[in-house]
Amino acid sequence: MASGTGPAWIAIDRVFLHERTGSIALEGLRQRGRPIRGTARTFCTIDHIVDTRPGRTDETLMPGGREFITRTRAAAREAGIRLFDVTDRDQGIVHVISPELGLALPGLTIVCPDSHTCTQGAVGAFAWGIGSTEAEHALATGTLRLNKPATQRVRFEGTLGAWVGAKDLSLRLVSRWGAAGGRGKAIEFAGSAVRSLDMEARFTLCNMATEFSGITGMIAPDDTTFSYLAGRDFAPKGEIWERALANWRTLASDAGAAFDEEISIDVDDLEPMITWGTSPQHATSVTGTVPDVNDSGTTPESHARALRYMDLQPGERLASVRIDAAFIGSCTNGRISDLRSAARVLNGRKIAPGIRALCVPGSSRVKRQAEAEGLDRIFRAAGFEWRESGCSLCFYAGGEDLGLGKRVVSSTNRNFEGRQGPGTRTHIASPATVAASAILGHIADVRTLQAA
Amino acid sequence: MQPFQTLTAVAAPLLRDNVDTDSIIPSREIKSVSKQGLAAGLFAGWRYRGAGERDPDPDFVLNQPRFSAAGILLAGDNFGCGSSREHAVWALADQGFRAIIAPSFAPIFHDNCINNGVLALCLPRATVAALADAILTLQADPHLTIDLDRQELSGVATGVIAFSIDADVRLRLLEGLDAIDLSLRRLTDLDAFYERDRQERPWVYL
Repeated sequence: MASGTGPAWIAIDRVFLHERTGSIALEGLRQRGRPIRGTARTFCTIDHIVDTRPGRTDETLMPGGREFITRTRAAAREAGIRLFDVTDRDQGIVHVISPELGLALPGLTIVCPDSHTCTQGAVGAFAWGIGSTEAEHALATGTLRLNKPATQRVRFEGTLGAWVGAKDLSLRLVSRWGAAGGRGKAIEFAGSAVRSLDMEARFTLCNMATEFSGITGMIAPDDTTFSYLAGRDFAPKGEIWERALANWRTLASDAGAAFDEEISIDVDDLEPMITWGTSPQHATSVTGTVPDVNDSGTTPESHARALRYMDLQPGERLASVRIDAAFIGSCTNGRISDLRSAARVLNGRKIAPGIRALCVPGSSRVKRQAEAEGLDRIFRAAGFEWRESGCSLCFYAGGEDLGLGKRVVSSTNRNFEGRQGPGTRTHIASPATVAASAILGHIADVRTLQAA
Repeated sequence: MQPFQTLTAVAAPLLRDNVDTDSIIPSREIKSVSKQGLAAGLFAGWRYRGAGERDPDPDFVLNQPRFSAAGILLAGDNFGCGSSREHAVWALADQGFRAIIAPSFAPIFHDNCINNGVLALCLPRATVAALADAILTLQADPHLTIDLDRQELSGVATGVIAFSIDADVRLRLLEGLDAIDLSLRRLTDLDAFYERDRQERPWVYL
C-alpha cells in the first residue's frame, strides 16, 4: 500500500466489533457524522457482557450491562452491519466465530478492538487488536496507519507428549522469554510441532501471542488451514475458491526469510503447564513447584507481590494446591476440540465436593455441536454447569464471580490480579488440566488420571 | 485532539513491571458506554482498601498528598499489557495524567495513548528508576517538565535528559492531529487500489 515517510497506510479487509469496545467506536463515529466504509466487511457480535445462563435475555448481572448490548444493537442496525445478536444461531466469541464462519482467511488484514484478535492469525492472516479509536479509524476509512513491525519466528520443534498441547506450548514460551518477549513484533509460529497441530490448536497458540506482547501471531497457511476453511459460510466457493487457494499457497515465508529475532523451543520433554502467579509468564510444569525468586524469571518485588496475591509459598508443590473452582471456555480454549478433550477426562467421573465448575462454549455453534455429540451430558453428569456461549468468567465484568479469594483453574488466557473477580486467584492451564483438577479438587497432572 | 507541547507536572512513581489494563481499570469499573467519568475506577483494585469499596488505601501512591495531583506517571516495563480497552487511557487522562514514562509499553496501549493526546515516553529502565528514586527516596521536588518539541525532560532531581521519540508520533502530539482525519484526506487515493484488488482478491469483498 501507499507509504511515504512515517507509518504505512494499509487497507483493512475485516473489522470485527463487540459490545464492550465496539459499542463506543460506533457511537464515536455517529457523533462525528462519519459513515462506515465497507459495511459488508464489518461484523459485530455480542459476547463480552452477555449473560451465559440458560434462557438469557439482554439482561446481565453486570451493573449497566444491558446498555452495552442494546446500544451496540441499535448502532449496528443503524450502520447496516451484520450483527451476531444474543439469540443468533451464529453468536459467539468474536475470535471463535470469525474463523468458524470463514470470515478469517489467509492473507487478510483483520482488526478488532480486542487484544486477542491475534487468534485469527492462525489462518495466515495479519490480525491484530486495536483500541476503540483505531477501530473508528478502520471503520471510517477502511484503512489504518501502521509502522511495519519487527518480526520474530518462534519454532516449536519435536513431538508433543500425551495431554500436552498448544496451551502448554504458549505458556512454555511466555514463561521462558517473559510476558514482553515478543513486544510489538509480528510473530510467526513454525516448526514441526506447530505443523502437527490441528487448526483449533493453532488458534489457541496464536491467541496467546498477545500474552507475549506480540502485535500478532500467525502460522503459514497449509493444507490443514485450507481443509478447515473449505465450505465455510463466508469462505469463497467454486472458481473463486480455486483462485484463492492458488494465492494462499504463495503466502508462506520464503525458505531463506530473515527474521529480526529467532526463538527455538524443543518440545519433546514438555509437560502440561500451569501458572502460579499473576502474569502468564509465571508458569511452570504442573509437576513442578512454586519457584524461588531466583528461578521465577521476575523481579523480587513482582515475585513477592504475586505470591502474596496467590497465597502460595516458594517450594510449594503445585499439584497439591486445593482449588475452589474450575472454568472451561474463552477464545483461548472454548472450541469443540477443547470441550472434547475435557469431556474425555470427565467422562464417568464427578468433580470433587465443594468445587464450582462451569463450561461455557466459545460459540453457539460449538454448543450445538457439543450437544449433538452428548458432551453436555458428560459435563453435567460430572457436576459442571453448562452455559450459553460468551466470554463469561474469563474476565469479571461486575456480574458473576467466583468469590473473594477463591482459587480457580481456568482454561482462559490471563491470570492478572482481579481479572476473574476481586481477589480471585487464577491458575491458567489447558482444558484437560482444568478437568482433571476439578475431579481431584486440587491442581492436577491429567496424566495421573488418564492413560494416553 | 488537544496538542501536547510542554508539560510541567508532578510525577508519581508506580514502578511495577507488566501492569495490565485490568489493573489500570478493572472491567467492573466500566459501567457505561462512555469515555468520561472513569477516574474513580483507575487502579481500583489497588487504590481502595477493599473490593468494590471506595475507602482509599493510604499506602497507594496516588492516595498520598504529594502525588494526588500528579500529571505524569513513572511506570515499569511493558506498561499497559493485556486487554486492548482504551478505557485504561481514558481513566488515566480523566485522573489528570498527560504523560506516562516507562522503559516500554504494550503496543496497543501505546497507540491508545497517542490517539488520546497522552504522551507515552520510553526511557531506559535505569533512568526511570533513578527518577523514581530521587522523588521517593531523596524526597526531591516531584515536578518534571517535558518539552516534546525539544525532546527534553528536566527536573530538580534530574537535570536535563534528552530523549528521542518516533517522528510521526511527535508530530501528531505536537499538533494534536487526529489520525482519522489524516486518512480521510487521502481516501481518493484508494479507488485505484480497490479496483485492482477486487480483481486480484475477489474473495476479500463480500
